[in-house]
Amino acid sequence: MKTSLKSPLAPVVAVVALLATALAGCGGGSTGGSNLSGTVKVDGSSTVYPFAQAAAEEFQGKNGGVKVTVGESGTGGGFEKFCAGETDISNASRPIEPEEKAACKKKGIEYRELQVANDGIAIVSNPALKIECLSTDELKRIWNKGSKVQSAADVKSGLPSTTLSLYGPGTDSGTFDYFTGQINGEEGASRTDYQPSEDDNVLVQGVSGDKGGLGYFGFSYFEQNSDKLNLVAVDGGNGCVKPDAKSIQDGSYKPLARPIFMYVSESELAREEVKQFLAFALDSHAEISDVAKIVPMSESQAAKAKETLNAGA
Amino acid sequence: MSDSRRRLRRPSHRPSDRVSRTAAAAGAAVGGSLAVPVDADHLPRATRRDVVRERYFKFSLIACVAVSLIVLAILLIDIVRQGAGALSMDFLNNFPSAFPERAGVQSAVMGTLWLMAICAFFVVPTGVAAAIYLEEYADRKRWFNRAIEVNVQNLAAVPSIVYGILGLAFLVRGPFGFGRSVLAGGLTLGLLVLPVVVIASREALRAVPSSIREGAMALGATKWQAIWHQVLPSAIPGISTGAILALSRAIGETAPLIMVGAATYVAFNPDGLNSAFTALPLQIYSWLSSPQEEFKLLAAGAIIVLMAMLLAINSIAIVIRNRYERKW
Repeated sequence: MKTSLKSPLAPVVAVVALLATALAGCGGGSTGGSNLSGTVKVDGSSTVYPFAQAAAEEFQGKNGGVKVTVGESGTGGGFEKFCAGETDISNASRPIEPEEKAACKKKGIEYRELQVANDGIAIVSNPALKIECLSTDELKRIWNKGSKVQSAADVKSGLPSTTLSLYGPGTDSGTFDYFTGQINGEEGASRTDYQPSEDDNVLVQGVSGDKGGLGYFGFSYFEQNSDKLNLVAVDGGNGCVKPDAKSIQDGSYKPLARPIFMYVSESELAREEVKQFLAFALDSHAEISDVAKIVPMSESQAAKAKETLNAGA
Repeated sequence: MSDSRRRLRRPSHRPSDRVSRTAAAAGAAVGGSLAVPVDADHLPRATRRDVVRERYFKFSLIACVAVSLIVLAILLIDIVRQGAGALSMDFLNNFPSAFPERAGVQSAVMGTLWLMAICAFFVVPTGVAAAIYLEEYADRKRWFNRAIEVNVQNLAAVPSIVYGILGLAFLVRGPFGFGRSVLAGGLTLGLLVLPVVVIASREALRAVPSSIREGAMALGATKWQAIWHQVLPSAIPGISTGAILALSRAIGETAPLIMVGAATYVAFNPDGLNSAFTALPLQIYSWLSSPQEEFKLLAAGAIIVLMAMLLAINSIAIVIRNRYERKW
């Protein structure tokens, strides 16, 4: 043997020591103005994520002792953890469902529902596919389960007869649940021969790159790509309305405007840092929404959310 | 080029070749009928057509190599072009943020380092010990040892999300109950790459000549002494290469981490095994799915950081291999 190796594990020890040194070298020391401490665990909808992230960031800037983590495992995934008692706050782009309520009840987890902002689902088409407005009925004929509609001309004469390529969120998405519930009348009922993606950016790419592209996804994804997409107004019975901050906030963009929520566990709400975090998020909801680029609550919505938070305190 | 090599390459021949040894040696054959058995000495030399074919074959092989290299190059160039602008000391030092200009990867880089350290601490001793048992001690005549062998190989092909579910059920909840901590994340990744380490370590142990073991034992060493002092040191290049390749697989995993509940927005570094954490692949995933173009550029920057870490890990593997490599 030519090597003078003492132990076969020497290189392993060396690598581990290297990693350990790297770890020790970085201690993130944060300071803040208050003496609050503890952790606040937030998880759930990716639609609410930008709001929660911005709120967490601003809150930690003021309260250096509090650690806020925000995940984005989807509305359903968030409730699963929430009702297992693993998170303090669950973000949701739809109200809690009966099965989820039952799961929470089983674990003895009581909660409050707080609206934090608004979201709209935008109907968009390729700029080459000129569609001004669709009624909820026409949308249903295009998107309903088993629909055989091939072009927009099939649902309304005068619309282009280009063959449609449909794009929409996958079945795990809260947006899918909400759209199918509102338009097709039953949550989860949808034609299946469309191009699904959980990533809204993929849908944007699809619709903007396909001459017959028509799809639906979160309004903020339209806002960021408005130059590449044609926004379709929706007629929910009171004439054609295009989604914008105002029509989504006051609900006149019917029926595809919706409130988005944070659910907080009663027992965790008793902790001062959780309560302070939510109070901060509601008090500064307008600036947080502005940073997060989502539609803020109206005055009355915000007042109602604050009232819910403070009830019984 | 020697005659014998040419003959090996070209089994076709003319019947007449069998008649005259000199004709074959002269290499005058011009492709011909098959199916007549001949002894190897009488095979003809390559024809012009064969030489051309040979060139085509070689060219097509090079083309195949080129395809993979070109795709890799395009990928790298594209990412570097997009992400280079995002790279700066601030980007490395900042925590994630809702403002793209303030966002950085510090907590993600630290989270990834913690995960790798925990993963290595768990997977190297366990994997090497398992490999030593299977290679040196296990009696292959026993059915359960054969079953273990087959299953270790199968485990290497199980999709990573399945390990995520395993981690969630047994490490986060269930018997261990580590919670959504960096410890649970690191151990889940450890389980994921354990089969890779076992298989690589077994290969490395098998490559040590049995004369080394026999020599040690002939001098009075016990089996364990022979393994610890002779076999294992000789197998280090192979074992460490396998372990580090396993780590470089673990470093890019996203799905199992989402499953065990790594958060995406974490503005602090892990400060212990029970700490919440995020990791680079998660941060990249989150930024890529953001509606804002600025965040997608940050994602490209984070990909460069991840690649740099990956290259660093791989170069450690190369250094170790060169340092301890030996020939018999």
